Amino acid sequence: MSKATTTTKPVASLSNSLSGILFRLLALTIIDAFALWFIYVSIGDGGVGTFLAIAMIVITIGINVIFLYEKLYPLRWLSPGLALMILMVLYPVGFTTYTAFTNYGTGHLLTKPQAIQQLEKELYVPEGGVQYKWTAFRSDDGDFLLWVIPPDGEPLLMAPGKIIDPASVNAGDLDKDGIPKEIPGYTRLNRISSVKYLSDLSNLEFGTGEQTAVVKSLDAAAPLQQKYVYDADRDVLVDQETGTEYSPVEGVFTAEDGTALRPGFYVVIGSDNFDRLFRSPAFRGPFIRIFIWTIVFAALSVLLTFIIGLLFAIVYNDPTMPYRKIIRSLLLISYAIPPFISVMMWRGLLNPSLGVISLNIAKIFGSAPAWFADPTWAKIGILLIQTWLGFPYMMLICTGALQTIPGDLYEAADVDGASIWQQFRHITLPLLLVAVGPLLIGSFAFNFNNFTVIDVYNQGGPPIPNSPTQAGHTDILITYIFRLAFASGRGVDYAYGSAITIVIFVVLTAIVLAQFRFTKTWEEISENV
Amino acid sequence: MSNFSAAKRRRLMYRRIFQIVFSLLALTFALFPIVWIASASFDPRNSLATQSLIPANASLVNYKNLLANPVIPFQRWLINSLKVSSITSILSVFLTAISAYAFSRFRFAGRRALLLVIFLIQVFPTSLMFVAVFLIIQAFGNHIPWLGLNSHAGLILTYLGGVMGINVWLMKGFFDTVPRDLDESALIDGATQWQTFWHIILPLVRPVMAVVGILTFIGTYGDFLLPQILLKDTDQFTLAVGLITFARQQFSQKWGLFAAGALMGATPIVIIYLFVQDYIVSGLTQGAVKG
Repeated sequence: MSKATTTTKPVASLSNSLSGILFRLLALTIIDAFALWFIYVSIGDGGVGTFLAIAMIVITIGINVIFLYEKLYPLRWLSPGLALMILMVLYPVGFTTYTAFTNYGTGHLLTKPQAIQQLEKELYVPEGGVQYKWTAFRSDDGDFLLWVIPPDGEPLLMAPGKIIDPASVNAGDLDKDGIPKEIPGYTRLNRISSVKYLSDLSNLEFGTGEQTAVVKSLDAAAPLQQKYVYDADRDVLVDQETGTEYSPVEGVFTAEDGTALRPGFYVVIGSDNFDRLFRSPAFRGPFIRIFIWTIVFAALSVLLTFIIGLLFAIVYNDPTMPYRKIIRSLLLISYAIPPFISVMMWRGLLNPSLGVISLNIAKIFGSAPAWFADPTWAKIGILLIQTWLGFPYMMLICTGALQTIPGDLYEAADVDGASIWQQFRHITLPLLLVAVGPLLIGSFAFNFNNFTVIDVYNQGGPPIPNSPTQAGHTDILITYIFRLAFASGRGVDYAYGSAITIVIFVVLTAIVLAQFRFTKTWEEISENV
Repeated sequence: MSNFSAAKRRRLMYRRIFQIVFSLLALTFALFPIVWIASASFDPRNSLATQSLIPANASLVNYKNLLANPVIPFQRWLINSLKVSSITSILSVFLTAISAYAFSRFRFAGRRALLLVIFLIQVFPTSLMFVAVFLIIQAFGNHIPWLGLNSHAGLILTYLGGVMGINVWLMKGFFDTVPRDLDESALIDGATQWQTFWHIILPLVRPVMAVVGILTFIGTYGDFLLPQILLKDTDQFTLAVGLITFARQQFSQKWGLFAAGALMGATPIVIIYLFVQDYIVSGLTQGAVKG
């Protein structure tokens, strides 16, 4: 295609006027202020937040450069789209790749600082050390207050998790031992009643921060101490009680004897996820099954819809046929119904004990297929529905393509005495495939990731037995990832799911390359640029 | 001569008979499920087990029960779906149009490379990277709740991630067919670039905008994956997530209710579709041939 060679100069009268510049600066200031705030708080989150902050930094700098540098005027028009592309396509591609090499998932959902922070909150009661004398007060509701007297220092009134100012609960005067005689609403426990509540009391952590106490025995309470202290220089977590040192091993602080501290955090663990995928027999088994079914499903979907669609297109290509247009419109209705509705509707028709189709099959053959419990029948059911859903699209594009085949080809074939089948085989099909070939490849790529049909039909089931992850016989890769990442009931595994996403990337890239190789798409595109 | 035409007539008759039989079979295959579910929606017994093709005592009771049911906020779902789909569709058309216009009218360094990147990037649709998308939207929500999980804004943002795709190519192709003289005379008359785009060029490409908008609307309306991951509360659900979640529980006893919901849920799309069938077909083939 020849292009007009005049180059439009980026004239921008308004954007160069004073008010235009001021407006631009004002808008940029607002955007920058917001972006800076978001970047600051996101970095504070660590982990995903850090990555997101980096993406935002790239986008913000880009927008500023584009809008301040007059030569980049054309990019101003593209900036919203480019920003969205960076944020929602390029960044997820990068993040998916990164995640595939980590152990992000249940047990490893925190960043390392978050995990350390959480572990450092754990407390313990040291042996020996400081001892407090204590007296408990109990309310009628069963709440406790603890009056503790440190060996050197002021007595304190504590409730679980907080320090209480004695005046705020109207504590009475102190007796000779330095203990309030009474606190309104509470009963002061003597030694005998203290025995009764001793186990309740010893389970409570009184006080907060530096000032804490746990009841150890009838005579003594002790302040709590932080159990784990992180030594940043040596990157170990030290147990203050036993002296054990825990070093990070694959996202878990682990002692030499193998004791692990939870929660763990996510770290880069290298190619472990891919090793599981390709080497571990337990994981590889279901994965390979699912991979093969994904390809079979996508290929058969294209093939079946294409055959039916082409057949219909040929039959209704006869211009002399009465009511042709109306019949064609009616045949296309199933294409207009959102797939999630169609599949659910078919579930009702196929229901083995109640559905109309199954009941009629049972009448004829004695029993209905187990559309949802049997792996083979479930797959057949999916392909049946998929054919019903997809043939109108193929019918549409084949109808279009048939009209581009010159009629004199058939006339010449008639003269030569070619049969209808020969005409179809040697004229229609080859010419048609040239026209719709790229669309068939596109349809394959679409069905390769057809989440809706698979998930609505049976949520991937029936399950594959003995799979270490939840996997079903009708699962395709994308529904398998969905179950790994969100819906397994066995925790989430973002990392393994991301590793499989990478596999899909590779397959899709191969499909596109094949498309370029066998069609002229790339040349066409390069010319059209 | 008469023999020949008799043979011809007989052949035509055979062909008609074949066409009638074939059409009956084809229409049964294509329409039976729809007719069956329409019948179920009017069957007051509301059960898969007892349904017959022509319901006895046909009534609108399923529709009434569905719309009045406090546990199934059907209208809410429908409104959510229409809202998310229209906003996504309008913003997509707008963003696609300004991008395509820039690619069509300006010559700048990196233009060719960008166009090719946009073409190739479609290999990785956003919906495929839903794990990453979930984590991003979650991270947004930590500080900007209205853009986080369980928000329609976050869902729409995710959909908009796909605007730089084949549609930019499709629209650019249309902009290329609009003569540049129009731009230039408008610019000479003192219009700004934006005014030229908005008032002169954009109205000329309305058909392709309609195609892009409608296809985006239909695709968004039917999406079952992203809303399922990003939305948590029943009241926030789109129709796809709401209706399927509801239908998965005790399906066979609520068959009539589901049928009524399915019919009402499918109607907006079927209506849109019937009106713009030809537009969509041309859009499909054009977009696809280039992709």
